[in-house]
Amino acid sequence: MNVALRINGKPISVPSHTSVLEAAAVAGVEIPTLCRHEDLLPKGVCGMCLVKIDGQAGFKRACVTQAEEGMSVNTSTPDIRQIRRGLIELVLAAHPTDCLQCIKHGKCELQDLAEKLEVRDLRFDQYTRGLPVDRTSASIVRDMNKCIGCGRCVEVCNDVQTVGSIFFHGRGSDTIVSPAYGTHMGDSVCTNCGQCVVYCPVGALYEHELIDDVWTSIDNPEKMVVAQVAPAVRVSLGEEFGMQPGDLTVGKLYAALKTLGVDVVFDTNFSADLTIMEEGTELLERLQKGGPFPLITSCSPGWIKFGETFFPNLLENVSSCKSPQQMLGALTKTYFAKTRNIDPSRIVSLSIMPCTAKKFESARPEMNASGFRDVDYVLTTRELARMIRQAGIDFATLPEVSPDPLMSSYTGAATIFGASGGVMEAALRTAYEIATGTTLEQIEFADVRGMDGVKEAAVDVGGTTVRVAVSNGLGNARILLNRIAENKRAGKESYHFVEIMACAGGCIGGGGQPLENTFARRAERMKGLYREDRTLPRRKSHENPEVTQIYADFLDHPGSERAHQLLHTHYVEREAYPGLR
Amino acid sequence: MSGIRYITTFTDSTKPLDLVEYCTLGGMSGLQKALKSESKQVIETVKQSGLKGRGGAGFDTGRKWESLAVNGDRYLVCNADEGEPGTFKDRYIMERAPFLILEGMIIAAYATGAHTGYIYIRGEYPDVARTIESAIKLATEGGYLGENILGSGYSFNIEVRIGGGSYVVGDETALLNSLMGNRGYPLLKPPFPTERGLWDRPTIVNNVETLSYVPLILARGPEAFAAIGPADSPGPKMYSVSGHVREPGVYEYPMGTTVRELIDAAGGVNGTLKAVQIGGTAGPVYGVASLDYALDFASMRKQGGSLGSGAVVVMNSGVHMSQVLEVTMRFYAEESCGQCFPCRYGTRQLDFMAHQLAAGRGKTDYLDRIRETAHVMFGASFCPFGQSVTLPINSLLDNFGDEIVSFVKQQQFLKEVG
Repeated sequence: MNVALRINGKPISVPSHTSVLEAAAVAGVEIPTLCRHEDLLPKGVCGMCLVKIDGQAGFKRACVTQAEEGMSVNTSTPDIRQIRRGLIELVLAAHPTDCLQCIKHGKCELQDLAEKLEVRDLRFDQYTRGLPVDRTSASIVRDMNKCIGCGRCVEVCNDVQTVGSIFFHGRGSDTIVSPAYGTHMGDSVCTNCGQCVVYCPVGALYEHELIDDVWTSIDNPEKMVVAQVAPAVRVSLGEEFGMQPGDLTVGKLYAALKTLGVDVVFDTNFSADLTIMEEGTELLERLQKGGPFPLITSCSPGWIKFGETFFPNLLENVSSCKSPQQMLGALTKTYFAKTRNIDPSRIVSLSIMPCTAKKFESARPEMNASGFRDVDYVLTTRELARMIRQAGIDFATLPEVSPDPLMSSYTGAATIFGASGGVMEAALRTAYEIATGTTLEQIEFADVRGMDGVKEAAVDVGGTTVRVAVSNGLGNARILLNRIAENKRAGKESYHFVEIMACAGGCIGGGGQPLENTFARRAERMKGLYREDRTLPRRKSHENPEVTQIYADFLDHPGSERAHQLLHTHYVEREAYPGLR
Repeated sequence: MSGIRYITTFTDSTKPLDLVEYCTLGGMSGLQKALKSESKQVIETVKQSGLKGRGGAGFDTGRKWESLAVNGDRYLVCNADEGEPGTFKDRYIMERAPFLILEGMIIAAYATGAHTGYIYIRGEYPDVARTIESAIKLATEGGYLGENILGSGYSFNIEVRIGGGSYVVGDETALLNSLMGNRGYPLLKPPFPTERGLWDRPTIVNNVETLSYVPLILARGPEAFAAIGPADSPGPKMYSVSGHVREPGVYEYPMGTTVRELIDAAGGVNGTLKAVQIGGTAGPVYGVASLDYALDFASMRKQGGSLGSGAVVVMNSGVHMSQVLEVTMRFYAEESCGQCFPCRYGTRQLDFMAHQLAAGRGKTDYLDRIRETAHVMFGASFCPFGQSVTLPINSLLDNFGDEIVSFVKQQQFLKEVG
């Protein structure tokens, strides 16, 4: 049902249960806000979206007021403009004015709004809070001096991801967002997913940057920098340079890395195919042995820490496979070093990831199977874009190049790893053919695709019905895992194979992706990956020639002793707050 | 001291935890009457009395009970988070007449069909909480609480909850948030707690004083109650009188009693009267003209203020108004919950400017800036706390702005000649 109303005199009709803020947008009127975000619940805390509704006393917040039949809304009276400007001046009085050095410069919602409202004068007492910047996390930096207290990160962390790492502390102007009892991010329950970073309107939460370290390695002639790029990066990096979400930029991406001075460029998609060989073997073994089920994927480091903390009883279900990043890191300093006859101590292993949790993962103490740290530096998509800009590279006109052979060929199965359901689909394509020895005709599994939080499917694999489930976003993971744990306690099997990704939509919605990183953009990036899948000549991991080659030359067979040593790992039960003993 | 004895029947010289004495003085007779009637009849009686909520908003109590959604589980909450500065009447009642509150809660619960009640006591009142706990134990042993109350087949239990020291939690939605273990942030209304309150169930939140009048209304009849004070907000009222009076304390007088009568009851002004703040720190500061103001909801609204909790803070000529402004703004800054931007940042700036003014470092344009900030908070704050800041500020600057300006100028002059 629709309701008819007027916004600044202009008649419009919107579905009932539309907020005045959304109704105004339909009428082409933008109402300013600092706390509202389309992916999250309206909070009504910034006060910026106040409007006047004829016949109603005082002002209403457009974000939490429903459009009603016959309403007449005025979004910009002299009084409203005065209050809005006063309000933003109040916010700015408490905000550092180091915009030029801020990581969010040019992408800051507060800065944009101050410009829009034409704040030219700061008449209030300008104060700084003098709070130490929390750099204890390998993934996320927390600078509460810049926080405006909109509560988006708190909602994402507690209600969307159900991690509960950060929450409001203190009162009034002393309010800060912090892990429990003022502990630090680095020893909190934080899973490093970085979704708080995605939704922070200002520079209060951001990725732990490693750009300078990477420049140092590139500039050091003794070092050989070997890079890998994750599936999701190829359909999002272009957004940083004016392209559309979902535009495939993989050739330019390789070229940019080469231009920056990276010596060798591999592709994480190669090790995604390799993961399917290892994990698929693990699944087939379990199907033959009859369990333990379900087998749960292990590619997403945010999910891994979440599982180690909240679901230690399910760790035996988690695949022992390392993530594709860590597999390729270990192989770079062994297989590649051996093939090219290079001292692995000279190699700097760099990865470009859509993810902040990958920074934490690469720093896990067990991730040194090569005898060295397998992945030295992880850069997010955003950090790579900054390096490209620093180097003055015109990304959009960069000619496409090929990556370096040995570990860069990939199939369509690998590229869809970046979308929720992709690992599942890739695994099914290969598991079916290996288990049945016949060709899979219908290789697209629509049931496991898309942005839905929990997806299920049943697939016939040579007479056996394999039940699978896929979840994205940790809140959905919790729902699915609770179901699995309950069935497990009751001695019932729920699924054979489960894919879990920490971020909504999968890696394409990771905490390191270009901003804005809205659900709508994630859906477009997802489409970009499936488009690439359809154009690739090979779409099943076991058809990847370099994967065949590495087993012939180095790893012997999936699940071999060497494969186990280099490509598999173990998990530890974690306390939520080890520092709070 | 009383002009009229309703609640003060039980408070002046009685033993708070003596249940027998409480009953001898007429206690529990309201409950007996209630349990013999239909719940609807109890609500009707309360409506006839004209009782309005004594917590500050002045909403009709009977109508609130009537509006409670009546499907499934529901709760009754007694708001004993008495945080308004200059207000101590709920404490007075809880210390001296704990059974009266419990009786009021049982009747209210019976009338609205609640089987679980909470009394949320501010953390600064630990002794009060112990008294209430003891009273709950004694009332349960006496058959007034628990299963099958007085053989009526009706069951009701009360649990005590202790607050964490936040003023804003006095707001009913913030209180319910706190009661559920959440941060004490106010929520948007609607939905009102009567539709969706504790754990999303319909919930009645009533103030201590409101609930304490309920048994007396039943025992003495709604007509007697309605005959006291003005017709639109009748009944007796517990006023907290403090500041520069000879005998500060809680006074039970009819609604509509004038400020002058109340100050006289409290022994008169200590010194020369200069100002009166009515309704709490979030209320206006009036000059001597306020002596003739009638203290009831409608009359105080006409004066641009509110009866609020019924706090009357009296100031004599020794009080400097820049200090009143400073103390008031300090209170706002300390007690802002921090949820919404206008209040979080506005109170910080108001506190800064008011402090500078009182310390003699102020600038005259601060007065305009203070009004402007208050206007932003009035227009854009999330809850009534931030919106209310215009009441003390505008009244202080309207009534005493000259005094503050001349103080600022004098301080500037002293510095210049310094």
